[in-house]
Amino acid sequence: MFETFVSFLIPALVVAAIFVVLLLFVAPRELRTICFRELRSYFFSPIAYVCVVIFLIISNVITFWFGGALERGEAELYGSYFQYIPWYLIVIAPAVGMRLWSEEHRLGTIELLLTMPIAPWHAILGKFLAASVVIFAMLVLSFPVVITMNYLGDPDNGVILAGFTACLLTGLCFLAVTSVISAVTRSQVVALLVSIVLCLALWLGGLNPLVELLDTMRGPGLVFWPAVKLLSSISVMPHFNELAKGVLGFRDIVFFASFIAFCLFTTAMVIRLKRA
Amino acid sequence: MIDVVNICKKFGNKVAVDNLSFSVAKGEVLGFLGPNGAGKSTTMRMVTGYLPPTSGTASIGGADIVENEIAAKSKMGYLPENAPLYTEMTVRDFLRFSAELRGVPKSQVAGAVDKAVETCFLERVYNQSIDTLSKGYRHRTCLAQSIIHDPEVLILDEPTDGLDPNQKHEVRQLIKRMGKEKAIIFSTHILEEVEASCTRAIIIDRGRVIADGTPDSLKARARHAGTVLCRLSGLAGSGIRHELEKIAGVEQVEVVEESDKGLSAHVFAAKARRADLSGAIFGLAKEKNLVLHELHTEDGRLDDLFREITKRDVES
Repeated sequence: MFETFVSFLIPALVVAAIFVVLLLFVAPRELRTICFRELRSYFFSPIAYVCVVIFLIISNVITFWFGGALERGEAELYGSYFQYIPWYLIVIAPAVGMRLWSEEHRLGTIELLLTMPIAPWHAILGKFLAASVVIFAMLVLSFPVVITMNYLGDPDNGVILAGFTACLLTGLCFLAVTSVISAVTRSQVVALLVSIVLCLALWLGGLNPLVELLDTMRGPGLVFWPAVKLLSSISVMPHFNELAKGVLGFRDIVFFASFIAFCLFTTAMVIRLKRA
Repeated sequence: MIDVVNICKKFGNKVAVDNLSFSVAKGEVLGFLGPNGAGKSTTMRMVTGYLPPTSGTASIGGADIVENEIAAKSKMGYLPENAPLYTEMTVRDFLRFSAELRGVPKSQVAGAVDKAVETCFLERVYNQSIDTLSKGYRHRTCLAQSIIHDPEVLILDEPTDGLDPNQKHEVRQLIKRMGKEKAIIFSTHILEEVEASCTRAIIIDRGRVIADGTPDSLKARARHAGTVLCRLSGLAGSGIRHELEKIAGVEQVEVVEESDKGLSAHVFAAKARRADLSGAIFGLAKEKNLVLHELHTEDGRLDDLFREITKRDVES
């Protein structure tokens, strides 16, 4: 139990505390106001709870039934737990993020928001951070898995922490993609479905056997090959794998940060184009 | 306070607003009139910085809405068409949220919310969730949001849309009252509203200004302005019409209703003769022993002017 607290809950609390301090004392007031409003609407509506509960049920069922976490005889979580999490995030992150901008379009409140004396990035980042909190809370609430592992064996808690970090960053990438799509459409369902497809493609692009299979099938008619190449070069998967196995690479962190920044920037462009 | 210079907006090939210029000073309430699709909302969206103009500029209190966006936006309050709101919030939370985004200092947020709630009569629904409110309350909640930071400039897109007659009256009074120390633009297609609360009115059609002036000067441009409406009986209608046409200075007699017992008609006269026209009609009635049921000089109605100038455009 003690190791779990030291290795997992304390870092999680530290991250949460840093986030709260930054938001309360460093972030501009406009960003904070938007972020809190968004958070309130997440936790006053069923979306956040439904997403968190479904995630927890599915991740635990898969880990212990199909992942065979207990039969493996190894005190680690990559093989039975972390490697499956991005697959749930492909669905859950778009479900969390689908309403970010589409709801503003549908209600017409975007006209109100964009005529307030605020910079657009306050709104974009504020909303993104609020959705990130939901993903973060979801991962933190998975702590019983860590307790179980520590109770049964003697895992490397540093690797487990890296695994959670990889899951969080992957979730944030999917959320950033969803943010772009939800700025395009006023329908939450469309935002959800398109984002799921894009996140899936972004993930599968890193699956080497699949890319090689497509390569062997490549004929003159396969026009989408450049798209496959592009997806495999920007895929989240290799970076996730490195990080989740406990290799804390500078390049991977830079990849996640720049991917999210690019998507948020694209969101701003989409919103600007929709106005003009 | 509000300066709009040669502003244009094109959506693809369609010109929505065509070279529009106007300005509104402090203490002025500008009524923005026009048929549906005339470009009222598009103009307001450009002035508030929601839509970027294709060409031309708009500035609020000297700050350009494109170049100096945040300074311009912080000087104004805006009520968009259809009063959009975050429906899952309570009135109180929504107004706090607006006050904070509109830059009300933290210590004054509670006071600003209370004042806006009082001004817009929202006390009864203060803690209610917005999706449980009636249309009138929703509209006033959105109006409260626009005045929460006591802005110098107010831009209201159809502020009385969907309100009942009592609420309309309240909102008009409110606009009139606030207009004394602010610059206000509001759009409407209810013409009596313009007379009730505007110091100036602009009529636009197809993105262009087609009339601009005080409500009185606009009314004076209506076709019936200065004509005399009279209802006489005692002779056959056609006979009376002949007599009226014989009065010096009368240019035209436009019959409203005619029978073999009398008529009612608008009498048009040359401008110089208008002053004594009703006297002359009274004299005629006395001389011919006619019964005079009604006699009055028309001020002209904005309704008529509106229909005349916007219809003419449709036909051409």
